[in-house]
Amino acid sequence: MLEISNLNIVFGSGAAKNHALKDISFRVEKGASYGLVGESGSGKSTVLNCLSGLLKAWTGTITIDGQAQAPKRNAGFYRKVQMVFQDPYGSLHPRHTIDRTLKEPVMIHKLGDANRRVEKVLDEVGLDSRFRFRYPHQLSGGQRQRVAVARALIMEPGIILLDEPTSALDVSIQAEVLNLLKRVGKERALTYILVSHDLAVVSHMCQNIAVMNHGEIIEVITKKQLAEENLGHQYTRQLLSACKGFNREIINDFQDY
Amino acid sequence: MKDTTHSQHGGVTLKLKLLFKLKPWLLSDTPQSAFQASAGRAYLGLLDFLNNRLAVLGLLIILALISVAVFAPLIAPFDPIQTDLSNRLQPLSKTHFFGTDEMGRDIFSRIVFGSRLTLYVIGLVAIIAAPVGIMVGTVSGYFGGWVDTVLMRITDIFLAFPKLILALAFVAALGPGIENAVIAIAITSWPPYARIARAETLTIRQSDFINAIRLQGAGPVRIITGHVMPLCMSSLIVRVTLDMAGIIMTAAGLGFLGLGAQPPSPEWGAMTASGRAYILDHWWLITMPGTAIFMVSLSFNLLGDGLREVLDPKSEN
Repeated sequence: MLEISNLNIVFGSGAAKNHALKDISFRVEKGASYGLVGESGSGKSTVLNCLSGLLKAWTGTITIDGQAQAPKRNAGFYRKVQMVFQDPYGSLHPRHTIDRTLKEPVMIHKLGDANRRVEKVLDEVGLDSRFRFRYPHQLSGGQRQRVAVARALIMEPGIILLDEPTSALDVSIQAEVLNLLKRVGKERALTYILVSHDLAVVSHMCQNIAVMNHGEIIEVITKKQLAEENLGHQYTRQLLSACKGFNREIINDFQDY
Repeated sequence: MKDTTHSQHGGVTLKLKLLFKLKPWLLSDTPQSAFQASAGRAYLGLLDFLNNRLAVLGLLIILALISVAVFAPLIAPFDPIQTDLSNRLQPLSKTHFFGTDEMGRDIFSRIVFGSRLTLYVIGLVAIIAAPVGIMVGTVSGYFGGWVDTVLMRITDIFLAFPKLILALAFVAALGPGIENAVIAIAITSWPPYARIARAETLTIRQSDFINAIRLQGAGPVRIITGHVMPLCMSSLIVRVTLDMAGIIMTAAGLGFLGLGAQPPSPEWGAMTASGRAYILDHWWLITMPGTAIFMVSLSFNLLGDGLREVLDPKSEN
C-alpha cells in the first residue's frame, strides 16, 4: 500500500519560483494500478521523481507499506519500489550488455544466483536468450523497453513506477508492452503507478485515474467514468477530446485551465 | 627452397581458415557470452581503425619503437655510453649508420637505447596523469556543488601555469633527473584530462541510465567507476594519445635544458642539446635524435587521430 499526502515541491526562488506540486494526496491499494494523467508540465513525472527518491526537496509525507519515507532512501526501499523510464533509448547504459544491465542490481543487493535470475526475468518479459549478450544498440525500441521492465522486475519489487512507458514506442509496440505490463502485474500482484498523457493507455491499465493540471490533482475519475465519458471537470473533457485525434474545431475551443 | 614456400603457404591458409571461422563468431548478433560480445565490439572497432591508413602507419611506427626498445641490446651495434675520443664526430658510414658524436659514441646505438627512455617517460606519465585526471574529473562532475568547485579551482590553478615552466619549476625543486622529469610532466598534464572527464560526466550524470542505476540502490563509487568512467574513457584515450607527442616534446625539452635525463644517458632531447654546438659542421649530431623525436611524435598524433575516429561517438558519420 502506498499513500501520499500533502506532497509539495518548489523549484527555484524569487521570480523564477515554480510551485510544481501543490498538495498532492492520493492512496493506492496493494495490487492496484493508479494513473496520473495531464499535459506536459502538469507535474505528473515530478510526483514519480519524488516517490522514487530522485528529487529530495519535497515536503509532505510519503508512506509505503506503513513506513514513512525520508527524502534519502535506504537500500530496502529500492528492493520494494522500481521504476521504468520513458525513453528506452536513454535508460540503458550504451556500453553494457543486457546481461550486465540485469546482473547489476543482483550484485548491488547481493541477491545471489545471478544467472538464473537473469534467465528467468528475460523469459518473463518475452525475450529469449539470444538477446542476453547484446548491446542496447542491437535491440529495437520495444525490446529495449522489455529489458527496462526486466531490470525493474529482477529486484522483485512490490511497486513499479511507470513514467510514460510507451510514449516513445510506435502504436503496435505500445500495445505489446502494455499487455506485458498487465500480465506481469497480475502474475506478481504488482502495484503500478502509471504516468501518461495518453488517456487510452491509462484507461487500459488503471482502475483509478488522477487528472493533473498545473501541479494539482483537479479530478479523480474511475475507469468506468472515463469509458462513459462521465467527466466532472471541463479540463478532463478537453484532455479526452485531445486524445481522440486532431480536430481543428475542437482545438480552437481549447482553453487554459 | 620450394619446401619452405610451400609450408609458408600452408601456414597462411590455416590462418585464413581460422579467420573465416572466427569472423562469424565475432560478428554474431546473438553472442553467447559477455566475452564474445566484447570481442565482437573490439573487432568492429579494429576494422574501423584499419580503414584509416595513416593511423595504421602511426601504430606500426609505435610498435616498431616498442620492439626497438625491447630488443635494444640486440639491435645496437655499440655501447651507447662507452666513449672513444679517437673516433669522435665521424660522419655516417657502414660501421656507424648515423655517425658518432663529440665523445665518439655511436649515435645509432644511442638512439636505439634512447627509445627506452622515451617509452619510460610516456608510459609513466600516462599511467600517473590519466587516472588522476579521470578521477578528479568524474568525481567533480558527478557530485557537483562544493566538491566540484574545490576540485575545479585546483585544476584551474594548474592550468594557469605554462606547462613547460611549471615542469621546470618542479624539476628545479626536486633536482634534475629522468624520474623527476616524469613526475613534473605528470603533475602538469593531468588538468586537461580532468576537464574532459568532467565535461563528459556532466552530460551523462542526469541521463536516464544513471538515474536507473541510482534507483537500483547503487552507491556513488559503483556509479562513477562502472557507469560514468567507461563513457569518459574513449575521449580520454584519444586525448592522452594525442598528448603523447607533447609529453615527448616536454621530456625532450627538459633534457635539452639539462633538467631531464643526465649525461651520459642517451636521452633524445639531451642528445640534441649536446649536438647543437656542432650543428654547422656535423649536422648528424642534432638531426638524427631530432628526427627520432619528430617521427615518434608524429606517429602518436596519427594514432590518436585514428583512435578518435573509432572511439569518439561524436565523429561517427
